[in-house]
Amino acid sequence: MTRPANDLVLPYYPPVTGVHPPLNSPGYRSTALRHPVEPLVLLPQHLTEVTGPLLGAGRVGELDHDLTRQHVGEPQGQRIIVHGRVLEDNGRPVRHTLVEIWQANAAGRYRHVADNWPAPLDPNFTGVGRCITDSNGRYRFLTVRPGAYPWRNHDNAWRPAHIHFSLFGRAFTQRLVTQMYFPDDPLFFQDPIFNSVPDERARRRMIASYDHDTTTPEWALGFAFDIVLRGPEASVFEDEEDDE
Amino acid sequence: MIGRLTLTPSQTVGPFLHIALEWADGPYVVPDGTPGAVRISGTVYDGGGQAVPDALIETWQADPDGHFAHPDDPRDRPLARPAPRSTTLAAPPRDRPLARPAPQTTPAAPPRAEGVADSSVAAFRGFGRCPTDSDGRFWLLTVKPGALPGADGATQAPHLDVTVLGRGMLDRVVTRLYFPDDTAAHTADALLSRVPQERRHTLIAEPDGDGLRFDIRLQGEGETVFLDL
Repeated sequence: MTRPANDLVLPYYPPVTGVHPPLNSPGYRSTALRHPVEPLVLLPQHLTEVTGPLLGAGRVGELDHDLTRQHVGEPQGQRIIVHGRVLEDNGRPVRHTLVEIWQANAAGRYRHVADNWPAPLDPNFTGVGRCITDSNGRYRFLTVRPGAYPWRNHDNAWRPAHIHFSLFGRAFTQRLVTQMYFPDDPLFFQDPIFNSVPDERARRRMIASYDHDTTTPEWALGFAFDIVLRGPEASVFEDEEDDE
Repeated sequence: MIGRLTLTPSQTVGPFLHIALEWADGPYVVPDGTPGAVRISGTVYDGGGQAVPDALIETWQADPDGHFAHPDDPRDRPLARPAPRSTTLAAPPRDRPLARPAPQTTPAAPPRAEGVADSSVAAFRGFGRCPTDSDGRFWLLTVKPGALPGADGATQAPHLDVTVLGRGMLDRVVTRLYFPDDTAAHTADALLSRVPQERRHTLIAEPDGDGLRFDIRLQGEGETVFLDL
């Protein structure tokens, strides 16, 4: 269904419930002063909300998808392939959309002035990747497996290894920043960021699966990670267009 | 409707967002020197009144004619013509024909022109992005968007949609930036009409020298109005 407004027929993105973490999550202490306490005001979706930046290939350099080849030498660590599809929740691929990632190095340290815990930087690793999904919504990065690292949220607090993902989709309503985790991480139980997602099925959505078909002999381990964005309701109108 | 896939949940951008999400051209919704360009700056504050040095502001807006270079903007445009599919490098999702000239994505094209080819403002991107600095400040260079049609024949006052991401924020928050001196348009605007009068000012940028100021208060006294999208 779409909602006509004036004579405009626009997509409609149904509300999302029970998936995203509450902004006030006391286990993650920094949320205390950074969540609104006043009630949100409903923003009816219209032209500004159902459109969004279609950031193109000009944004992505030749080696941006390969985090192991951005310096003179190779980074330390376990080489991994991270790949998957960007989809809408109706199953449609999100084509030609920008995917941005960033991560710690194999020792668990970010190349960032504010990260100064005593783990080594790697001169051959920046930890930043970009690519554009193909016509099936597929993306693929080559990188190294990030290390876990400590933080000061609670006693003996460690972040499970993760890769940050930033996605635009095709509409302002679809903007998503998330983190990809690795299967069977023993640190999940004590991580308030991972556990801020209330629904177990939704939490599992953030965990990549080991993908032996993608694992390359004598080269790199494969992990599959699909990302599902809020999609528009389907309409007869759209289906007709797709048949053209 | 058949079942929908479980969505991927949001997680915080964390404190190290700058290494990936800070773009040299991020704040330039329009290039330097664009006629009528306005600099918008502001500070992000937390509920204790402290500046937030690890937030990211993103904006999205129409051009001064009220147009979006996007296949889901169904309105006809003066320059509209179907683009030959073969010359469209960045094909639109869902196989819809582009109702606009194909983007000129030759290697010589300035990166700021991506996604937008038909605006009356050269290299208008519509999108702005700026992380906050160590004092919690951000800025953008843009042009004022045109008014937009709203529901039921109403008109929406010129506005930017704004996303705020940050460490300590497990999901984005969304707000809108309106422009000063549009008092009559603000009165007729459907969203502003929903906002209690005493809080409306948090959505309206203030004149500040040659530019505009738009502070964002995540919580507490003067809390910015955030939107349920």
